Amino acid sequence: MCGIVGLFLKDAALEPQLGDMLTDMLITMTDRGPDSAGIAIYSEEIEGCAKLTVQSNAPDEDFAELEKDLRKRVEGKVSLAVTDTHAVISLQAGQVSVAREVLADIRPNVRIMSHGTTLEIYKEVGLPKDVASRFDIRQMSGTHGIGHTRMATESAVTTMGAHPFNTGVDQCLVHNGSLSNHNSLRRKLRRLGVHIETENDTEVGAAYLTWKMQTGSTLGEALTSSLDDLDGFFTFVVGTKDGFGVVRDPIACKPAVMAETDQYVAFGSEYRALVNLPGIETAKVWEPEPATVYFWSHNAAPTAQEKAA
Amino acid sequence: MQTFDLEAQGLRELNSSLHAQASDTNQTHWEIVNPKGSHAIAVGLDAPIEVNVRGSTGYYCAGMNKQATVHVHGSVGPGTAENMMSGMVVVEGDASQYAGATGHGGTLVIKGNASSRCGISMKGIDIIVHGNIGHMSAFMAQSGNLVVCGDAGEALGDSLYEARLFVRGSVKSLGADCIEKEMRPEHIAILEELLERGGCDAKASEFKRYGSARKLYNFNIDNAY
Amino acid sequence: MKDDHNGAPRTVPIQSATFSNPVNAEIRRAAATGIYDIRGGGAKRKVPHFDDLLFLGASISRYPLEGYREKCETSVTLGSRFAKNPIQLDIPVTIAGMSFGALSGPAKEALGRGATMAGTSTTTGDGGMTEEERGHSNKLVYQYLPSRYGMNPDDLRRADAIEIVVGQGAKPGGGGMLLGQKISDRVAEMRNLPKGIDQRSACRHPDWTGPDDLEIKILELREITNWEKPIYIKVGGARPYFDTTLAVKAGADVVVLDGMQGGTAATQDVFIEHVGQPILACIREAVRALQDLDMHREVQLVVSGGIRTGADVAKAMALGADAVAIGTAALIALGDNDPKWEAEYNALGTTAGAYDDWQEGRDPAGITTQDPELMARFDPVEGGRRLNNYLKVLTLEAQTIARACGKNHLHNLEPEDLCALTLEAAAMAKIPLAGTDWYPGKPGTSY
Repeated sequence: MCGIVGLFLKDAALEPQLGDMLTDMLITMTDRGPDSAGIAIYSEEIEGCAKLTVQSNAPDEDFAELEKDLRKRVEGKVSLAVTDTHAVISLQAGQVSVAREVLADIRPNVRIMSHGTTLEIYKEVGLPKDVASRFDIRQMSGTHGIGHTRMATESAVTTMGAHPFNTGVDQCLVHNGSLSNHNSLRRKLRRLGVHIETENDTEVGAAYLTWKMQTGSTLGEALTSSLDDLDGFFTFVVGTKDGFGVVRDPIACKPAVMAETDQYVAFGSEYRALVNLPGIETAKVWEPEPATVYFWSHNAAPTAQEKAA
Repeated sequence: MQTFDLEAQGLRELNSSLHAQASDTNQTHWEIVNPKGSHAIAVGLDAPIEVNVRGSTGYYCAGMNKQATVHVHGSVGPGTAENMMSGMVVVEGDASQYAGATGHGGTLVIKGNASSRCGISMKGIDIIVHGNIGHMSAFMAQSGNLVVCGDAGEALGDSLYEARLFVRGSVKSLGADCIEKEMRPEHIAILEELLERGGCDAKASEFKRYGSARKLYNFNIDNAY
Repeated sequence: MKDDHNGAPRTVPIQSATFSNPVNAEIRRAAATGIYDIRGGGAKRKVPHFDDLLFLGASISRYPLEGYREKCETSVTLGSRFAKNPIQLDIPVTIAGMSFGALSGPAKEALGRGATMAGTSTTTGDGGMTEEERGHSNKLVYQYLPSRYGMNPDDLRRADAIEIVVGQGAKPGGGGMLLGQKISDRVAEMRNLPKGIDQRSACRHPDWTGPDDLEIKILELREITNWEKPIYIKVGGARPYFDTTLAVKAGADVVVLDGMQGGTAATQDVFIEHVGQPILACIREAVRALQDLDMHREVQLVVSGGIRTGADVAKAMALGADAVAIGTAALIALGDNDPKWEAEYNALGTTAGAYDDWQEGRDPAGITTQDPELMARFDPVEGGRRLNNYLKVLTLEAQTIARACGKNHLHNLEPEDLCALTLEAAAMAKIPLAGTDWYPGKPGTSY
């Protein structure tokens, strides 16, 4: 049970303010989710480069010599930028799987939060304002981002239980609601070899989408089939390299509000999250329909049912 | 006229000031500025005052209203005018889900669209929507009138009791036990009055009436699913 | 043993334990009618209960209090977290929510009279607040239910506390069924329903879902009532750790937890007997949730579902509850299922003690009915006197046990004052098996 915010910029002039705007939106959703918070932010792509966002509960120890240690076994340029418990490893696109193996070997306690070319995910336990300040999210710029505040229902309040969840390269998922068949689905996916870390229902949703895409579905198709395969209540927001998508379950009683102007498309669990956005008074504001997949991307105007990614 | 800056003065101060108004108050006009999507604005009022909210609200605006007129110059979040007893609530923009839920009386006018579950479990309230309404509207609606000048979403009037539903546009689907009913002169008369009260310039003759088939009133296995 | 026609011994007929006579009768009933069984009351099957726990009285290592002379306090304050006006009760036994509609007006009046004399609260139910109970109840808790029948701001303000009902022990996840026979003119009017229809109550609130929305709903109710009233959240015993945690996070003052033995006016038998956990298994988990949030005794816990004696009261409190609520026991105290009506129970095809067709409204005792003639049999003044007596006995019994354990307040009873008679009870209540220091699942053990 949670708060979700999302902001997709059409006007590049706002990009330096993305982190600032998202931080305000996120903090407004504190009441809906005081346990943990997270943000997925999409920024500039560097040709041929990939990014792994990693996390450690003992960052001083784990990150100290990490850059040097990685360079010994990973080819090409490798750099590391540490922010609190998280670090972004930049490396050549072709070296990601090598780097993952090396990491598992030399730093078994370091966990991968996200993998992408533009995506970075930061999440921790604590009040949204504290989490945002630990990672200095206000200073971040980017093209679009998604934030989440969590009120844990059944699974533990941990870093790994926080949202967003990375679903595929440059893709992530956040959720508000409560899935009712996630235990069976988790067992099924684990039998199929999908790695699922926590007992969190949303992680199963994320793993499900990842699995569907690995077995040939587009993200749009995976979201559509999620309407059949996931039971319970959900509003999902997914981040993609180009934008974001929204889908609500057929009952659709978890809230969702969208707003659009010439400058941006925004998502909030409540309208409150959107009130300080520029031009909100004259924005088009509406609620996404139940059981309908929407995408907003830099390539197209808002569309339902677009087969993106 | 009293102007109240919600952002500066806070929700508790607002509602306790409004609650302090009695029937014989002379401060009958209130302006609330900077609502910024806040919840529980002007809830539990019980005096013949007029409250104008300049902007959009969050959940449960004008909840359990009695006597007062609350006019929102913006859109409203979930559950606006929930369990209203009397008085009037007017929304210039759109309403989120559960608008007018369980309302016992009074009039709710939504000039934009209403989302899902509009008039859920309504118990005597009159709801007039200028635009469209979402799915599962008037679920278990017991009494009162729901007027929709636009279209209705899926499962309109599911498990309906004795509320009257008037829809001018299309109905995506009817819920269990909800059927189209004959529009007789007495229904035209009721609807004309509602349209006038709601400030709609639609003609009563353009609407269809829906109501309960009353087949769920006493349990029958053939109706279960 | 009978012989066959040739004089040889033959096997005696054996009834199947699986397909027993009652099971077969139910199959035949279902086949004939095409409707599931609807009834009132709570679970009738035997489940691990407070009877499987015993107190360890004081002797040399601990010293008991003198039974008649030395004080053992029983008072409790509910709603001290946020409410301006918490409820002060003389005894930690309250009357659970039961609707007008399910019960007659005089029965509601009797509950109010008895509870008021005993210094405790009573609770409305699905169907709104009646003058009978408001007028006769010094402390009245107003239930806020999914149906919102009879819900209005005036009654909200004249209540002493508000109980948001999310679920009840007899049917966690389900709604009630009041059948047409009981929808009289007055019930119909209070519920804005046509007379004589079957009334199905919703299982989910119409205007919120989940703890994040609930927090906003609580804000609204507090704003309407000037932050004066304690807000209780009632849940059925299903996932008590999570539900208690989320009720507290959403802003509750009090959590009411109802185990599967808790009664209902009318719902499907399959629900009553097959959904929910016994209260014995729920209390420690709810208390653990409160402790994990550092809220034990800050947010009070009221438990219900099968409370019958002062021993049950004391055991519930020793497991960590702040108070208990009684429903079925209160009705029996009023005269429900009394053997003096045996001939009439027989005429209804049942017997005193087994009568549970409360949905039919033909209660010979005049309690679970809206029939004017049957209602007239019940005297609310006498009923109130009987309930007061019974509440006093529950309190005296609980005090007797507490004194024997050396406590000057019922709240000082602890889990360590108990032992368990069965492995099941030991595991569910996390109380050591008698004669051992061990219970199944005890941390640090591998069993």
